[in-house]
Amino acid sequence: MIDWRDQGVLLAVRKHGETSVIIEVFTPTQGRAAGIVRGGAGRRLGPILQPGAQLDVEWKARLEAHLGSFTVEPIRSRAALVMSERQALDGLSAVCSILSICLPEREPHAPLYERTVDLLDLLGHSDLWPLAYLQWEMALLEELGYGLDLSACAATGVNEDLSFISPKSGRAVSREGAGAWADRLLPLPPVMKGEGEAHDPEIAVALGTTGFFLEHRLLAALGRKALPAARQRLIARLAARNI
Amino acid sequence: MTQGTPDIEALIELMARLPGLGPRSARRAVLHLIKKRTVQLLPLAEALHKVGTTARECARCGNIGTGDLCDICTDPRRANGEICVVEDVADLWAMERSGVFKGRYHVLGGTLSALDAVGPEELRIPRLLDRIAEENVSEVILALGATIDGQTTAHYIADQLPEVRVTSLAQGVPVGGELDYLDDGTISAALKARKSF
Repeated sequence: MIDWRDQGVLLAVRKHGETSVIIEVFTPTQGRAAGIVRGGAGRRLGPILQPGAQLDVEWKARLEAHLGSFTVEPIRSRAALVMSERQALDGLSAVCSILSICLPEREPHAPLYERTVDLLDLLGHSDLWPLAYLQWEMALLEELGYGLDLSACAATGVNEDLSFISPKSGRAVSREGAGAWADRLLPLPPVMKGEGEAHDPEIAVALGTTGFFLEHRLLAALGRKALPAARQRLIARLAARNI
Repeated sequence: MTQGTPDIEALIELMARLPGLGPRSARRAVLHLIKKRTVQLLPLAEALHKVGTTARECARCGNIGTGDLCDICTDPRRANGEICVVEDVADLWAMERSGVFKGRYHVLGGTLSALDAVGPEELRIPRLLDRIAEENVSEVILALGATIDGQTTAHYIADQLPEVRVTSLAQGVPVGGELDYLDDGTISAALKARKSF
């Protein structure tokens, strides 16, 4: 029997039969791991097994290649705190579903795990959360090998007036370096470089840029098509906000 | 393996696919039905045939009935301007069992799901918006699950209905529930929704 025990963030729950569920958990040592929770659809475990929950999990299987089964203990729930807040609810859904779609199974990503826990613990803070979410998406791209290089212009080498990102290389491009190609490049708002006031509409523009790399690089490599609708709703809310 | 005929085997196999039944319990149920042929098997077969030929989805609300419109939608006493939005027909039946709600329903057929890529078009949300425009609705009650997907759906519907009063079911301590056995999420929701006593 193979087993391990860890803490993790619950990413996804799918019904399995009448009383069980298959869950996906993101843990620091095992990465994204899936397994059956027997009785997970019942009254006792149902409220605990909501995406975003922090769980203590023990995974067991006869062989490593098997799906395995989890026993879970709740550490803290996050869903109840965000049920009444549209932005937080969409944010929680976006984080969990993006991780569920993008992370390879059983491959540890401890730094990303730490960032994810910090991000989810900020969910109630609607003033801080949008920027934290943008930084998390940039960290996700970096962690999974599609990091953006915003240090210098890919065309001229200068590190001033960086205003665009090349959709091909993910490198910054200055206004001068872009020249006539500017309309084919992605916007690089100051907030992505850690500059400026980080207003929500600007963060929405920045999320459009990270979304391009998530969708056309990361998801395309995985054979997936679209980012979750919750992320689109989150961006639409940020874009509509007055500064 | 039973000693029955192929017909009985086929019946056992079909019964075993029903919720709550497995091969062993299906075999017991079929054996029981055969022993009670006149009082249970034949009336059951007749009822199944009847429901099989007449049951259909209500064109207006998504409930299950035997006509184009279900009994609730055709009852003029239930046109009180309230529409209760539920996820599934089972939820509608649960609400009806309580006997408290006297308005009409709208069955969505699921909830929005980021993970399963279920969008508004996959649900009966556009039909709900049409109904609100057509039926002189004064209040929409969102009776959706207290889950991430359920509440995401509730917020989405509420955003689509700026002109109508939108309410949702309360969340908190169930009747007969003891705090010691409740999860922290339910307790915090109950505390947030506390009322004067």
